[in-house]
Amino acid sequence: MADLSVNICGVDFKNPVIPASGVFGYGREYEELFPLDKLGGIATKGTTLHLRTGNLAPRIAETPAGMLNSVGLQNPGIDHFISTELPYLLTKDLVVLANIAGATPEECAEVAAKLDDTDVHMIELNISCPNVKQGGAAFGTSCEMAAEVTKKVRQATKKPLVVKLSPNVTSITDIAKAVEAAGADAVSLINTLLGMRIDVNTRRPILRNNVGGMSGPAVFPIAVRMVWQVANAVDIPVIGMGGVSSGKDAIELMMAGASAVQVGAAIFTDPYAPVKIVEEMNEFLDSKGISSVKDIIGTVQPW
Amino acid sequence: MKYIQGNYIISEKMAIARNIYSFVISCPEVAELACPGQFVHIRAKGYTLRRPISICGIDKTKGTLRIVFEIRGEGTEQIAGLNKGDLIDMLAPLGHGFTVYPDYKKVVLIGGGIGTPPMLPLASAYGSKAVAISGFRNASAVILQDDFKKTGAETILCTDDGSMGVHGFVTEPLQELISKEKPDAVYACGPMPMLKGIAAICKENNVFCEISLEEHMACGIGACLGCACRTKRNDEEYFAHVCKDGPVFNAEEVLW
Repeated sequence: MADLSVNICGVDFKNPVIPASGVFGYGREYEELFPLDKLGGIATKGTTLHLRTGNLAPRIAETPAGMLNSVGLQNPGIDHFISTELPYLLTKDLVVLANIAGATPEECAEVAAKLDDTDVHMIELNISCPNVKQGGAAFGTSCEMAAEVTKKVRQATKKPLVVKLSPNVTSITDIAKAVEAAGADAVSLINTLLGMRIDVNTRRPILRNNVGGMSGPAVFPIAVRMVWQVANAVDIPVIGMGGVSSGKDAIELMMAGASAVQVGAAIFTDPYAPVKIVEEMNEFLDSKGISSVKDIIGTVQPW
Repeated sequence: MKYIQGNYIISEKMAIARNIYSFVISCPEVAELACPGQFVHIRAKGYTLRRPISICGIDKTKGTLRIVFEIRGEGTEQIAGLNKGDLIDMLAPLGHGFTVYPDYKKVVLIGGGIGTPPMLPLASAYGSKAVAISGFRNASAVILQDDFKKTGAETILCTDDGSMGVHGFVTEPLQELISKEKPDAVYACGPMPMLKGIAAICKENNVFCEISLEEHMACGIGACLGCACRTKRNDEEYFAHVCKDGPVFNAEEVLW
């Protein structure tokens, strides 16, 4: 049994596998299938200052080896999260990353300030949601905006701050450097890639929002490339995600430079995916005689 | 809500119409939990998303579920390629099903096209107290009529082109039934225009009506919020989710 524990920004994870924000709600639906304690952490559904109803349906479309979503940050608001969902999650033995979003830097800061008084372990700031018109992706696609929102949230909380980056940019390393300079303790990437499908019979986009975020195995090579580039560009830890669906994928992303991995769309294919990924990582490490998963982080040997 | 994910043996497979298949699946622990109106979420090998398919039969004694589904695309085609003896990966039983009241004396079940299968467990529950109206495009699309008859329910068959049964839509026999004797409940599953028409008739006549909806779906258990449906709760608009709050909704809750 290899040591799967990792430490990110001073927070101990018993293993490096975290269900990604949006696929896992606040965890309750999956507790019906397995104890959440098996996971290293949970990135909760993106939560905003006030309740959001989200986009009209259809919000989901399948793509080759992946999918599109345009949920539009439907969530019950931060007060409900703090009063109802967070206390439940804090009874579980796993790291809680509260994923937050907002329409303005001030709104993001206000949400973070509310979390600062709680026992949540980390805050993951979403500056990259492609499905909301205001804020969201707009923050994540310019270095100045990304830095500004990071700075405002940084001032609002002492919690370890992870900034979740968009891949829909010219240079993700520039954005990563900008948020690092603005006070981020870590970055997580990649959020979904903006995509679109059209029903050729009706000539209508399949998603009611016309466009949506693409995820699933198809995006995995992009995630590996971006994690590798960002890990080489910043000194803060990187949490990798994007199409991870097996233990081998998780190992690959960690070799590219990720200190932990998030699992998204794979959970829709197999709800037990995160648990299986933990087991498969352990098997891989044992088969190679590697005693700790920490020993593989960033160990890719580029040509 | 309790649900399980597992691999179960297909004990019977039959093609019952063009591109429509019937599977009987041996899954005692799922059958034990299942209720009319619920669905199963089936993995199609090589595809990211599972396919939600309604439950067409529940046999708690034999420990089996029956599903009847149509090939709609590559995913359902892959599932249709499974054979008797193969394993099928299901997350089930899911969703909020139909309300079955043993006290009801007369109910109307309405299925349109591939929306017909989920009405069969209701026919089994109500037996001769049920009238099952089924509507199809044409004679070659007709399914499950013998199965409905076996439950003791009265059956009315409609086709859009008149090639079998009554020529016309399911709403016509529904109007006639209501004008003769008001039923205690109407249950329906099928295309949205059909459901909308049925809901309007029921509202006008003050008849309790439950409908089963479908929507593009990902997790199937209420976590990802993908399958949104506009509803009204306490007079406020509310995005419910077809997988967990539904697929069955009170027709008056749905914002059409």
